[in-house]
Formats: sequence, structure tokens, C-alpha cells
Amino acid sequence: MKELLYKLIPNFMNYSDRFLESLSATFQMFFIAGAITLLLGGLFGILLVITRPDGIKPNKFIHSVLEIITNIFRSIPFIILLIFLIPFTRTLVGTSIGVKGAIVPLVFGAVPFFTRQVESALSAVDPGKVEAARAMGSGIPGIIFRVYLKEALPDLIRVITITAISIIGLTTAAGAVGAGGLGSFAINYGQNMHYSDIVNVCVILLLIIVSVIQVIGNTLARKTTNKKLFQK
Amino acid sequence: MINISNLQKHFVSKEANVHAVNDVSINIGDGEIYGIIGYSGAGKSTLVRCINFLEYPDSGSISIKDFGTITSENGVLYKVDGENRTRLKEKDLRKLRRSIGMIFQLFNLLDRSTVFDNVAYPLKYTGLSKEEITEKVDNLLALVDLSEKRDSYPSQLSGGQKQRVAIARALANDPKILLSDEATSALDPDATESILKLLKDLNRKLGLTIVIITHEMAVIKQIADRVAVMEDGKVVEEGEVYEVFSNPQANITKRFVESSSGLEKINKLIESRTIELSNNASQRLIKLTFTKDSVGEALISKVSRDYNVDISIVLANVDIVADNALGGIIADISGDPDKVREALEYIASNGVRVEAIER
Repeated sequence: MKELLYKLIPNFMNYSDRFLESLSATFQMFFIAGAITLLLGGLFGILLVITRPDGIKPNKFIHSVLEIITNIFRSIPFIILLIFLIPFTRTLVGTSIGVKGAIVPLVFGAVPFFTRQVESALSAVDPGKVEAARAMGSGIPGIIFRVYLKEALPDLIRVITITAISIIGLTTAAGAVGAGGLGSFAINYGQNMHYSDIVNVCVILLLIIVSVIQVIGNTLARKTTNKKLFQK
Repeated sequence: MINISNLQKHFVSKEANVHAVNDVSINIGDGEIYGIIGYSGAGKSTLVRCINFLEYPDSGSISIKDFGTITSENGVLYKVDGENRTRLKEKDLRKLRRSIGMIFQLFNLLDRSTVFDNVAYPLKYTGLSKEEITEKVDNLLALVDLSEKRDSYPSQLSGGQKQRVAIARALANDPKILLSDEATSALDPDATESILKLLKDLNRKLGLTIVIITHEMAVIKQIADRVAVMEDGKVVEEGEVYEVFSNPQANITKRFVESSSGLEKINKLIESRTIELSNNASQRLIKLTFTKDSVGEALISKVSRDYNVDISIVLANVDIVADNALGGIIADISGDPDKVREALEYIASNGVRVEAIER
């Protein structure tokens, strides 16, 4: 088996410990940036929905600030954002390279995207349900957790899946500016040293990671959906 | 039970300034089924949403039995306690809302919760134990006759069943008042019938005061005790349902009453010239309205005999309004002009309203 692998992907096997380091770096970036994105994006998405003029707690100021920030960071291409944020990242975490240095731009890249996704998922909750909850005496936290988040759960799982996949993409792009991970592994060894088998393996691996996330997301979304469009 | 006085509500937007509720004052009695009817945009929905303050009125006051009086000034709510006036706290407002049930046209159930959990929604976080909640929900489901659907999801229910769940949910906190916002408008006739029957039962059994908004006169006719007719934010007519039906005053009320009586077909017949309107004294098209106060003798044949006039009935209809009969006849009467006039006078003297149908 080992011999066969050495024959098929010789360069990859020679650098396999480097590869494992990169894979672990990718996962670290993914999980840390992902967790922060989930919290911040979720929070901002909820705030956007409840503070809009017809929301349950209208607040023009918070709403416009969030709108503007989200729009600005959404419109900057990630690769430019990476470079643009270097000074800020350095002051915040002390370095602009490695896993630590990559988390900051990843969060800036993913949070606005996720915020919008959460906003649209929550907006799809029928306003009638919110009104019914108000009529039953629910307060703002009750409406957020018991109506918005609960009713939108299948949609939220879908947008979390999409965002997770997009964060995987962003981590590899961050590799271009020294973040480590699969992206830099593919660039440094595959591209710069012309070891095409390394690039191929990276592509296949990313394909597998993305597919696994997608399958998990789809399954959970389906399991949590109780609203059937067609009755048997 | 509910005392609304001088209520005002505007909606201001870039496009328009809508005066949704314009100086409305009504009294809704304890244990009464009170109907509010109007076309869409008449302000009835806004008015009913002011009762549980889903909308804050601009001004005016609302008194609710066992809760007290709340006045609004420039959209700020105050609780009035004798001479004292204090800002209404969010907590009190939520307490008030919990003591008033509400049901909606599109049910507004939570799709991801079972029937049981939907009904349990208002009971959770109120200090009741799990066992108490279970017992209460099961009782409520039995009350609306849906015990076997306890673990189903709303998507597995018919419209009528969904509205039953919504009613059980609205009754969870033992409210004395139920607000119904077009609750039967999305239902088929059978389901409408059964929901109205259920509401009437609940009204009798629990002494529940019910405020019903609708655009269908049939709903009012079937279950309301009193009715307010709304147009452009104003209550244009109010009274006992039977009185309003048998003797509508405002034009819009007449339209509503006609739309539900079946006698409005005469207008179509006249329009299509199936029936010729003859405007001479010896032949007239008349409308007779028989109320519960009308004398119950064989009026038509008696008049025809005694006054030597011919009466041919074009349309006739008997309605049951608030459990009393309300009859209408459209007839063509012809004969000697003096006799026709005398005949009509005689009919009118028997408590039957006589109207000439004109173009």
C-alpha cells in the first residue's frame, strides 16, 4: 500500500508530515474563525432583523450602523481585505502570519456574509408568528429564541453550511499571505516546486471536506423541517 | 368588559398618512360576542390590535375589566389609577396580553412545534410545572376536540383543525377575552361553520367575551350579539345584530346586509332587464321586510283578497339572524292605484317594512 502511494504521489508522500501540519492548521483556522463567525454573524443578523423599522425592537441607529459595516466589508474582495487588514491584525494579535494572524481577516471576511445569510433566514419567518407570540405576551428574548431561531432552524442550518464551506475557501486563500494550512501547502509545494501531485491531492481532499460538510448540513436541515410542501 | 373611548390611530409613512382609527368609542359587555365588520382597510384590524396593544393608539383610552384603564397620549401608554397616572410598564403590558387570547386568519401556528407544544407555548416560563402544563394542554385539546392530533405537526392538519389548535393556544392562560381577527376567512364553509359553533360554545361555557372582526356578514349574523360597522376608521353604525340587520341605517350597512340576504339579486335582474321597473301607481315593485315583530298572519293572500290587488312574488328569503327569523320578499303588486296604496299601508301597519324599489 505504502509503495503504491509512493509510486502514485511521490512528492506528496515525501512531504507528508508537512501536509499533516497544514491540515491541522486549516482545521484550526476553520473551527476558531467559524465559531467566532457563528456568534458574531448570528448576533448581527438577529440585531438587523429586530431593529428594522417593522421589527420587534426598531432602532434606526443600530440598524444603519450594522447595514453600513456589513455592506462595506461584503464589497471588499477577500484577498484585498487580507492585505488591508495586516496592520490591524498585527496590533490586535501581535502577528499577521500563521493561524493566529489568519483568524482576524477570516472573521472580517466571513461575518458580513454570514450576517446577511442569517438576516435573510430570519426574515423568512412569517411575521404572523411573531405577532402571535407578541399577543401571547412573549418578550423580545422569547420571540428571538422561541419563534425566530426555532422556526428558522432548517434555514439557519443551510446558511451555516454555506458559510462553513465558504470559510474553508477563505482559509486556503489566506494561505497566499502566509497563513499556513492547505492553501499555502498547495502554493508552496505544489505550485512553486512544480509538484503537481501535491496540488491534486489537495484538491481531492478539499472536495471531500466540502462534500462532508454539505451532506451533514443537508441531513440536519431535512431532519429539522416539519413543514412539508406536499402532503402524501 | 372592554371600554374603548375616543381612540385614534394614524399610520404615517412616506407614501400616505392613514387615519386607521378615527375617534372610536365602543363598549363591549361582559360575556358578549361583539362583531366588528368592515371592508379591508376600514380600520377594524387596527382597532382590535389596540385592545391588546399590539398597536399603540395615538390617543384615547381603553378600560379592561380586572386590569384597569390605559390611556395613550401621543403613542405613549399610561396606566390610570384614580387620580394617578403612571407609565405602563412593559411587564404589565405583557401580563395584559397574556390575559387576552387572540386568533388569526392564517392561524400563525409554529410549524416546527407539535400541536401539543403550540398550545403549551404561552404556558411555558409562567411558573407552571411540567405536569401542570401537560394536564392543562390535554384539557384544552379535549375542549377543542383535537386530542388525537396531540403529536401532529401543523402541516398535517386541515385549516379548521389548525384554527382549533390556535383557539386552544389562545385559551391557555384562561383569558376572559378572545380577539378573533378574520378567524374564519381562510376556511371552507364547513370548517367556518364548525369554528363559529366552537366559538359560540366557548362563549356560553366559559363566559368568554369574544370580539370578532370580519368582512363577512354571515359570520356576524350567525354568532354575534352586537355589531359595529366600520368605514374609513369610524364606527358608522352600532347595535344589536338583529336590529342592524332588520333596519340598517348607513349605506355601507345596507350593502353588507343585502350582500348576505340573497335579495340583492333583484338589482342584477333589473340591470339585466329580466325584470322591468314600471314606475306607475298601478304597478310597483316592492320590498317587504318581515321582522320578529311582524304579525304572523297570512298577509299576502289576505291583502290580495281584501284590496283586490295582484301580488306576484319575485324573490323571497328567510334568514336566521341572532337566532331569530328575518324574512324578505320582493314582490310585484298591481291593481287600482288607490287600492295598491291602501294595501301597502295595511301591510306596513302589521309591522312589515315596505320599501319601493326604484332605480
